[in-house]
Amino acid sequence: MKNNDPSISADTIARFYKQIRRIRRVEETVIDLYPTDKIKSPVHLSIGQESVSVAVCEALRPTDVVFGTYRGHALYLAKYGDMKAMMAELYGKADGCARGKAGSMHLVDMKVGMMGTSAIVATSISQAAGYAFALKQRKSDAIVACFYGEGAMDEGAWHETMNFAALKKLPVLFVCENNGYAIYSSVKDRMSSVNICARSESYGIPAARIENGDTRKLYAKVQSDAAAIRAGSGPRVIEAMTCRWRDHVGPGEDRVHRYRPDAELNAWIAADEMKKLGELLPATKRAEIDRDVEAELAAAITFAEQSPYPEDREIYDHVFAAE
Amino acid sequence: MSSPPSDARTLTYGQALLEAARQEMARDAGVFIMGLGVDDAKGMYGTTANLHKEFGADRCFDTPLAEDAMTGVAIGAALAGMRPIHVHQRMDFLLLCMNQLVNMAAKSSYMFSGAVSVPLVVRAIIGRSWGQGAQHSQAFHSYFMHVPGLKIFAPTTPYDAKGAMIAAIRDPNPVVFMEHRMLYSFKGIVPEAAYEVPFGRARLLTHGKHVTIVAVSYMVAEALRAKHLLEEVGIEAEVIDPVSLAPLDIDTIVTSVSRTGRLLVVDTSWLTCGFSGEILALALERLGGKQAFQAKRMGYAPTPCPTTKPLENVFYPNARTIALAAHAMVKGEGASWKIEVQEPREIAEFKGPF
Repeated sequence: MKNNDPSISADTIARFYKQIRRIRRVEETVIDLYPTDKIKSPVHLSIGQESVSVAVCEALRPTDVVFGTYRGHALYLAKYGDMKAMMAELYGKADGCARGKAGSMHLVDMKVGMMGTSAIVATSISQAAGYAFALKQRKSDAIVACFYGEGAMDEGAWHETMNFAALKKLPVLFVCENNGYAIYSSVKDRMSSVNICARSESYGIPAARIENGDTRKLYAKVQSDAAAIRAGSGPRVIEAMTCRWRDHVGPGEDRVHRYRPDAELNAWIAADEMKKLGELLPATKRAEIDRDVEAELAAAITFAEQSPYPEDREIYDHVFAAE
Repeated sequence: MSSPPSDARTLTYGQALLEAARQEMARDAGVFIMGLGVDDAKGMYGTTANLHKEFGADRCFDTPLAEDAMTGVAIGAALAGMRPIHVHQRMDFLLLCMNQLVNMAAKSSYMFSGAVSVPLVVRAIIGRSWGQGAQHSQAFHSYFMHVPGLKIFAPTTPYDAKGAMIAAIRDPNPVVFMEHRMLYSFKGIVPEAAYEVPFGRARLLTHGKHVTIVAVSYMVAEALRAKHLLEEVGIEAEVIDPVSLAPLDIDTIVTSVSRTGRLLVVDTSWLTCGFSGEILALALERLGGKQAFQAKRMGYAPTPCPTTKPLENVFYPNARTIALAAHAMVKGEGASWKIEVQEPREIAEFKGPF
C-alpha cells in the first residue's frame, strides 16, 4: 500500500504507526495480565479505536489540552502521557499517575495536557467548554479537544454544552468517537434520528464525519479545524467513525454477546489502521519501532511491578486541595 | 475569631456580599461571576449589581438555563486556574447541579491525587415567605455535608457574609455558599478593607449556663430572639452560629454543651438524616459516658413547604417555638409559659416576588 497523501510525511506516518502500536500493545498486555489479578480495576479497552486519539493528538500542539472518557488508555498514550505511571496506576501502585487512587477510569497527566477522565458519561464535555472559556479569557492560543462517545449525545449535558460553546465561540474541538454502541445498545435503538453531524450543526457548529477510523484523513481534518479554532472560529465537531473490537468492559471478546453481526466486526478488523500504516513503512523501520515499543512496555511493567503500594495513611491525602 | 470594631460603618448583608465580590474581582483577574440574571437590572438582589459594567461582560455574565452544563463549565474554568462564582437564585436549583458537584467537583482533587484543584464558589439563596412554596424554600446543606471534598459556608451576619465570601473565593476547593433571603436586609458593621472569616470556626454569640442553642443561617436570628424571651424567665441560652458547616467546629459546640448540659439544634431544613442529627451524634460521641445531656432538634415540619401563610407559619421554627422548646428542656415538659411574639419585621415587610 502506498501513502497517497503527499502532505503527510513518512516521519508522520511512522509516528502514527508507533503511537497506535504503543496503545495496542499496552492493551494486549493488559489482557494477558488480567488473569493474574494484578490489575484490580475495570478496564475499558480502546483496541480498534486507537487511530482517533492518535490522529487528533498528532495534529494538536503539546500545549493543547484534552478531555476524555473512562475508555481513556488510547487518549492518555496518544497525548504522550507517561506509560510507566499509567501501568503503575493500573496496578494500584504509589508511582501511578494518581498514586493508585484513579485506576484505569481516571487517568491523568497534567504535564502533557491530559485532563483526568470521568466514569460518568458526558460529564467532562461541559468541563472542556469551561476550560476553553478560561483559555479564551486569557487570550491563550491553546485549544481544547474534547472526546466523547456517541452515547454521550443522549445526555442533556451534551446539548447544553453545545449551545454554550457555540454561543461563546469557545476554542474547543469536539471529537465524537462513534463506535455505534453504548455498552451493547445500538445507536439506532437510542437516537430518534442518527445524524450526529446534523445534530451538532443545529447548534451552529460546523461538523464533519470521517469514515473508517482513517488516521490520515482525521489528521488532515483536525489540522485545518485546529487552525480555524485558533483563529477564533469557535467550536468544531468531528464525528470519527470507529469500532470497539473488545467487550465494553474487561479483557474479553466482544462477539460472545451476540448483539451485532460478526460481519460488522470482521470488516473493521480487516481494515485495521495499525496494519495499514505499518505497511506504508519499510520493514526495517517497522521492526525498529516494534522493538522500541516492546522495550518501553517491558520497562513500564517492571516499573509497575516494583513500585510499592501507597501507605494506609495516604487514604486521607488530597480530599481537599492545599493552596 | 476577629470581631468588628464598634465605631465602623454598617452595610446590609446583600451590600456586604457585593463588596466582597467587587474587591476580589479587582484583586484577582481570575475571579468571575456567572449565573442566570447576574447582569440584569436587579443584579441578584444587588449582590452583583453593575459588576458587568465595572469589570466587563466576560467577568459577570448571564447564562443559558442549563444548570448541569453551566456547573461543568464553572468547574472546567476552575480546573484551568480561574475562580468562578456560580450564582443560583434559589438553592432548589442545585439539584440540577448535583452530578457535577458531587461526582466531579468534590472528587477531582482526590481522584487525581492533587494533580488538579477546583477553586469554585456556588452561591445558593434559600427562599422564604410571600408564597415561595415547596420549590423555592429548600436548603440542602445536609446533602452536601454528606460528601467529602466540599466545603459549606452559611453566614448569618453582614460581617460574616463578606469575610466568608472572600475566604470562599480564595479557597482552592469547591465551596457551597448558602445565603438566606430573609437575611438580605439585615444591617451590621462591616469593615471596608478585605478580610477573611475562616472555615471551621463557629461563633459563640451569647454566653449562658442553662442551654446551648445551635442554629443554622436565618434560624440564628430566631434563636437570638428566643434567647431574649428566655431571659425574662431567668433562662440563659448560649447561642452558637456554626458559620462554616463543613468543615464544622464541633469543639465549640461540645464545650458549650459540657457547660450547659442541654443541646437544642435549630435547622433551616428537615430533621431526618440531617445537620441536626449529625450535631447530636457528634456531641454524643464526644460526651457519651462522660456527661449526660438533654438533646432536642427543631427544623422544617416533615412536609414540603406549603405556600399559604397560615400553614407556612406552622412549617418553620420561630423565636416563640424555639423559646418554648428551650423552656421545656430547662423547666420540664409540664411547666407552662404563655408568650406572645410579633412576626419579625423582615418577614412581615417582605413583599416578593422574590
